[in-house]
Amino acid sequence: MSGLRVIVGCKRVIDYAVKIRVKPDKTGVITDGVKHSMNPFDEIAVEEAVRMKEKKLASEVIAVSCGPIQCQETLRTAMAMGADKSIHVEVDAATYENLQPLHVAKILSKVAQEEKADIVFTGKQAIDDDCNQTGQMVAALLDWPQATFASKIEKANGELTVTREIDGGLETIKVQVPAVLTADLRLNEPRYATLPNIMKAKKKPMAKKKPADYGVDVGPRQSILKVEDPPVRQAGSKLDSVETLVTKLRDAGLVPS
Amino acid sequence: KSTLVIAEHNNEKLTPVTLNTITAATKLGGEVSCLVLGSQCAKVAEEVSKVKGISKVLLADSEAFKGFLPETVTPFLLATQKQLNFTHIVASASAVGKNVMPRLAAKLDVSPISDIIGVQDDSTFVRTIYAGNAIQTLKSDEPVKVITVRGTAFEPAEVGGSAPTENAPGEAANSDLSSFVGQELSKSDRPELASAKAVVAGGRGLKSGENFKLLYDLADKLDAAVGASRAAVDAGFVPNDMQVGQTGKIVAPELYIAVGISGAIQHLAGMKDSKVIVAINKDPEAPIFQVADYGLVDDLFKAVPSMTELVGKK
Repeated sequence: MSGLRVIVGCKRVIDYAVKIRVKPDKTGVITDGVKHSMNPFDEIAVEEAVRMKEKKLASEVIAVSCGPIQCQETLRTAMAMGADKSIHVEVDAATYENLQPLHVAKILSKVAQEEKADIVFTGKQAIDDDCNQTGQMVAALLDWPQATFASKIEKANGELTVTREIDGGLETIKVQVPAVLTADLRLNEPRYATLPNIMKAKKKPMAKKKPADYGVDVGPRQSILKVEDPPVRQAGSKLDSVETLVTKLRDAGLVPS
Repeated sequence: KSTLVIAEHNNEKLTPVTLNTITAATKLGGEVSCLVLGSQCAKVAEEVSKVKGISKVLLADSEAFKGFLPETVTPFLLATQKQLNFTHIVASASAVGKNVMPRLAAKLDVSPISDIIGVQDDSTFVRTIYAGNAIQTLKSDEPVKVITVRGTAFEPAEVGGSAPTENAPGEAANSDLSSFVGQELSKSDRPELASAKAVVAGGRGLKSGENFKLLYDLADKLDAAVGASRAAVDAGFVPNDMQVGQTGKIVAPELYIAVGISGAIQHLAGMKDSKVIVAINKDPEAPIFQVADYGLVDDLFKAVPSMTELVGKK
């Protein structure tokens, strides 16, 4: 099973450490002048794909990102981590506002077919829309098996044994290749791109495409009516002792009395 | 208008979050049917038939559904949908629901709606984005709405109905694409984290896994589940299924006691809908105090044992 060709979906999102601010007109969140980086779960997927290549399980790792021109920075990061080449599917900023996981899944599945991929790898969810859909939908569109929320991946006799994070514990499944994998938090710890690798990544090939090149219609399927701040929780009081605390909780009927 | 709820269960018992999901489904305004799909799961179908608000139970019982693999479940759901033409298909935003529903949606060529916290009308839904740091209201234009529901955002449906059960249309078939090997669930006598009425959670301040015993002792007095912050999980104190937060469990109990947790944004996203929040931390500047109803600036190694003792004294 050597020589797997791996496609990795890399979404550009607002950096996880940035405090989110809602636009005053409630149409979305403020993205201008805000630090962006690769979706952390996608970074884990890139790392795992690169490790598969280092273990000679994979022959080529191709990073793909759909979105505005700045996604090219995200792809350079993926290539600095070890991806061999990348494909930027450009979607203008206005269309991107309504680009949904289903659109991205359609593009990724076409890319997978065109590149004769054996594995499509994505993060389990993006930390901006928190949808948790893309990988599963790529699997559906290609009729491939899916191993989502992966925390461990091993190969055995032409199939993959995957440990998945589920509610209340772990689960093990086997999937045939070709397959779609989605990365959970504990699959690995992504490496930092070193300066020499960042320089090298600048010379790696990046193809530039449009959704129409793959025959994918990116017309909106839903509309965002508004985006608002969550209700603010008021800080309560600081108490002076454990006794006061237990009395208050008991009065509220929250501890047995 | 008609809605299908996909029940979540372990073939023996209905998972409580299904009751919350049924409540969300009844807000959509159509008749609600509930599909119980599994292996030897007739007992679950009986349990579901007694839930208020359900008009029909559909049963799909086959060994092929072992492990609820999306490769076998999805074709069956498609066959059922083809026959019965539901306008809404709803499941809990659990590990199973999140795995299967997008696959089903893509097969139906519709854009799914994940993890909703509110229903405004049959096509307008409220959900959180950026780990709960913003709230989005969206209108879906899809002919079939495929939805997952955040259980903690809806009250559980009551028991007290009697719906008829029939076999679901569709034929179960094995798939050679994937196979189920096994599960390793953490065993505990305590209530389940996601549905517990009270939760005691520990953070890096606990300093070690052994020290979590302090929390277990308190939890047992309160009939509470025990959770942890990501920092405590990453430090290896406790297993990751105890993690409360953006990338772990979202909880909303009546009482949440945060012990030695500073209150990172990703932790707050997982617990800030709790009814009453108590924070015990020796750092008076810890952000957790900004959301706590009752704060106690104290050494947890003294405060927690004395709290356990006081709670025990009736």
